[in-house]
Amino acid sequence: MINVRNFTKKERRAIPRQEMTERHPKQRAKYFDEVTLGYSLKEAQFEAARCIQCKDPACIKGCPVGIDIPSFLEMIVDNKLNDAIDKVWESTALPAVCGRVCPQEMQCEQVCVVGMKNGRDPVGIGNLEMFIADWARAHNIKNRVEIPPSSGKKVAVVGSGPAGITVAGDLAKKGHDVTIFEAFHKAGGVLLYGIPEFRLSKEIVEHEIQQLLELGVKIEYNWVVGRTVDVDELLEEKGFNAVFIGVGAGLPNFLNIPGEDLSGVFSANEYLTRANLMRAFDFPQYDTPIIAGKNVAVLGAGNVAMDSARTALRLGAKSVKIVYRRTRDESPARHIELHHAEQEGVEFEFLTSPLEFIGSSDGKLAGISCERMELGEADESGRRRPIAIKDSQFFLDCDLAIISIGTQANPLLTNTTDGLELNKFGNIKADPKTGKTTKDGVWAGGDITLGQATVILAMGTGRDAAKSIDKYLSTK
Amino acid sequence: MYKIVKKEMMAHNSVVLNEIEAPQISKKAKPGQFIILKVNETGERIPLTMANVDKKRGTITIIYMIVGKSTKNFSMLEVGDGYQDCVGPLGQPTNIKKKGTVVCVGGGTGAAVLHPITKGMSEAGNRVITILGARNREYLILEKEMEKVSNELRICTDDGSKGRHGFVTDELREILENEKVDEVVAIGPVPMMKFVSLLTKEFNVSTTVSLNPIMIDGTGMCGGCRVTIGNETKFACVDGPEFDGHKVDYDSLMRRQNTYKYEEEQACDCMNDKDLR
Repeated sequence: MINVRNFTKKERRAIPRQEMTERHPKQRAKYFDEVTLGYSLKEAQFEAARCIQCKDPACIKGCPVGIDIPSFLEMIVDNKLNDAIDKVWESTALPAVCGRVCPQEMQCEQVCVVGMKNGRDPVGIGNLEMFIADWARAHNIKNRVEIPPSSGKKVAVVGSGPAGITVAGDLAKKGHDVTIFEAFHKAGGVLLYGIPEFRLSKEIVEHEIQQLLELGVKIEYNWVVGRTVDVDELLEEKGFNAVFIGVGAGLPNFLNIPGEDLSGVFSANEYLTRANLMRAFDFPQYDTPIIAGKNVAVLGAGNVAMDSARTALRLGAKSVKIVYRRTRDESPARHIELHHAEQEGVEFEFLTSPLEFIGSSDGKLAGISCERMELGEADESGRRRPIAIKDSQFFLDCDLAIISIGTQANPLLTNTTDGLELNKFGNIKADPKTGKTTKDGVWAGGDITLGQATVILAMGTGRDAAKSIDKYLSTK
Repeated sequence: MYKIVKKEMMAHNSVVLNEIEAPQISKKAKPGQFIILKVNETGERIPLTMANVDKKRGTITIIYMIVGKSTKNFSMLEVGDGYQDCVGPLGQPTNIKKKGTVVCVGGGTGAAVLHPITKGMSEAGNRVITILGARNREYLILEKEMEKVSNELRICTDDGSKGRHGFVTDELREILENEKVDEVVAIGPVPMMKFVSLLTKEFNVSTTVSLNPIMIDGTGMCGGCRVTIGNETKFACVDGPEFDGHKVDYDSLMRRQNTYKYEEEQACDCMNDKDLR
């Protein structure tokens, strides 16, 4: 039997990137099961062996939470899987999530030296992170940490998304008494309501939440901080010594064009929340309905737009079109998401801009009046500005439109909290190194401080804030 | 679990009152605000404006009409049972202050939402005239309670079985023609709020309505509850649920309310099939 451990350096370098097995596009587009099937141990070892163990590894610096990537990769090669997962857990609480949803091509894998050589792909670090986390979950291996005796200090974490989960886990491990306040009836934030099942199985999210509970973290559901209780009450009446705000950027942008109030026009937030959190795809076993749509238009070309388009396919749409005013090259979505969407049959209307939603006589969406665009000079974002082509208007037939053009900071909490300074976009101003806000005893992280960012960046801010909060509590 | 401590059936068993244990919500709730209830694991999130808050008992009261699968599921809960999820208080409270003469108009179960507002208006020193409308006398709710908190109570029924034979707008027109009214608060079915607002516009009397559009999270995240107010898009969950009645685009609201008409019927059919089995 071939054993990769016996490979010479040269042989290791000759191994091609091990592509992860995926479900067949035409079949998977009918179900919500996860697209990727993971590596076998052998595949993982071959892939990990491609790492050349740089002396000064750029990948660690490329990782927002600084995972010791070469070490855990070599442990996989050596079949020391227990050690490998422990190594990963030193830096991240959510490897099964990050392995799946991190934009590795812009982080660790972008700077991987193996990928710098002509015609060579970088090491599949994300795939390997997913592999080791899934292995640990399948073997019921827990993040064994010795929790110090209780510090007697109480911390409130507002929101149970990636930032909140990270802060809660880190502080519980330091012996603090942590309570998460979650507005929804389930924990996970965007991991639950935003990212669909086929990209991140909800079982994984539940597993991560379970791990938090085992660390002694308490979760209070159905608490909207800013309404059910406010930040000052948490600090003054409920006896919390510190508060971390990780409420996300939850306010959907609309296009502000005529007809946006027609039935059949959704924000991506509403569409995905119905499908993911409320499980409308199981209607009528679950009570929340959703419009499946026959001809679907998704406006925008980010990751959330791809999620919406692929969800619509799985709900039975005949045709799904992404409508975007620039081209594929400017699409904010990850390459892999565009690729998966395309494989599954999503069509693209690039250089197209919506002008008006047109309704039928019963007030339901019948289509979108659109116009064609061309690219002009670069704008302040550095991307070439789309300019309308004269007399290029056309009618796009659709009975469901999903607007996916980003979100803004939700003002619900910030409006009801005194002493929190905001930037001009309504995001909370927080020290970039510590997450400390302008209000005493209050930290913030994730999208409410970053604007719209990624799961891993939110986790990074959570990690920094946890360190700062721990330091603060030790002086109290 | 959020336990039901009191249940009453009203209006020919078509309307249900639930008093629910929810101390934290009760502590913070103000008139005009709403909660979201979810009955069990598979349930949908249903927004309902609170009809009463008892801060001493730590309870909130809701009154709802049985219209679809979810409200039917709600109605099967008895005292001692509970809702799996209850979140609130959500939305902006009613702007209650002394204005002079205030007319409170309630249609159907709108009376339930109107009650705490009427009480508040009365306590703020206003002269309050309340108009309650219903299909017939048996569908009138909270008559006694409203009488207690109003200077005058007027009743309208579609069939004339009690009070005026006619619509609340007929009664309101008579009042507006005869005396100076400083504010109208109208809560009930969308067409009623639309016609009340058209009428008060004629008399140039400021009017507040409470809207109940389709909603999921209730915190400004989904945008499902967006309504057109003047020429602006507002979210009923965070900007409302109360708005200037003269600025609401009621036709758009009615269209959006019907988005899931087919699915709602389907859900009810499935439920009835189960009942038959």
